[in-house]
Amino acid sequence: MDEREKSYFTRMKSYSPYHSPFDPCRPIGKKFYSTPPNLYIGFQPPGMEQFDPHTALRKGTLWPAFWDYYENPYEAKG
Amino acid sequence: MWIYEKKLQYPVKVSTCNPTLAKYLIEQYGGADGELAAALRYLNQRYTIPDKVVGLLTDIGTEEFAHLEMIATMIYKLTKDATPQQLRDAGLGDHYANHDGALFYHNAAGVPFTATYIQAKGDPIADLYEDIAAEEKARATYQWLIDMSDDPDLNDGLRFLREREIIHSQRFREAVEILKEERDKKKIF
Amino acid sequence: MNSLPENYYQELEQIQAVDFVLVELTLYLDTHPDDVKAINQFNQYAQYSKQLKRAFEAQFGPLQQYGNSFSDANWGWGRLPWPWQV
Ligand SMILES: [Fe+2]
Repeated sequence: MDEREKSYFTRMKSYSPYHSPFDPCRPIGKKFYSTPPNLYIGFQPPGMEQFDPHTALRKGTLWPAFWDYYENPYEAKG
Repeated sequence: MWIYEKKLQYPVKVSTCNPTLAKYLIEQYGGADGELAAALRYLNQRYTIPDKVVGLLTDIGTEEFAHLEMIATMIYKLTKDATPQQLRDAGLGDHYANHDGALFYHNAAGVPFTATYIQAKGDPIADLYEDIAAEEKARATYQWLIDMSDDPDLNDGLRFLREREIIHSQRFREAVEILKEERDKKKIF
Repeated sequence: MNSLPENYYQELEQIQAVDFVLVELTLYLDTHPDDVKAINQFNQYAQYSKQLKRAFEAQFGPLQQYGNSFSDANWGWGRLPWPWQV
């Protein structure tokens, strides 16, 4: 998969839940959900670019195209 | 048969003694979408599925046991040497009363593991769709655990496990494609 | 028990890295059994993994049981620390 194809999808989506005046918690704003690469790539084509073994172990996959780093998306909310 | 190898799949580390995180992590040990359920589900389904995907179920099922050992290691290290008082303060008093520091196959709320968490329908498509869903649910669980954890070393191991769920889901999706293929037709990439 | 030397962790991680490539290629080949290039890479890494393990086991004891690894003179299998302990 080349750079152009990679940009066909984002790995995190969000939506804004309805907030009623009778919902006592401060609105969370956006709710996030993850949409990892396995939802988009289809049957893996042969010969995809690979990580070196040590990097592959650390990332949890041999193929950069499938790597999806996850970070708590709500951290910024104080 | 299975052969044990005296090494973890991934170098597991935790930064602090933190029984509270261990209490949450047990969700992936004996919970509905945990590693035990995954391993048992795939290794059981493989007896009644087309030969083309038996290898995949065997190999992913086996890898899930390696993940179960990683989760056990995380829990072990987060609670090792913790005093009964520390366990109590972490909300593990109920656990201590029954198990001391022993691991037990239950979820984060203490509900014991049950075979009803897993299904074997005997229908290849139904079973593989369950497997894909199981992988996505496990991925989500790892996200919620990472969201609640402030231990960078633990999160590193949890990110590895989450990524494995993405790959497993990918392979199960490919398995469905293989079973959908018309006979004698070659796959076109 | 004395703590393990630094090279235990380094050499172990090297094995983990090579074996991880093998896990990834295994699952890939389960759904891509006709990819000859991947099969060649698999066999190459299988060879490499065996070499690394032989060197590791000579220093730190057997990794596998039931005769898949040779034993040292003191049955280090049960004497040396377990993966969750190190
Ligand atoms: Fe999995």
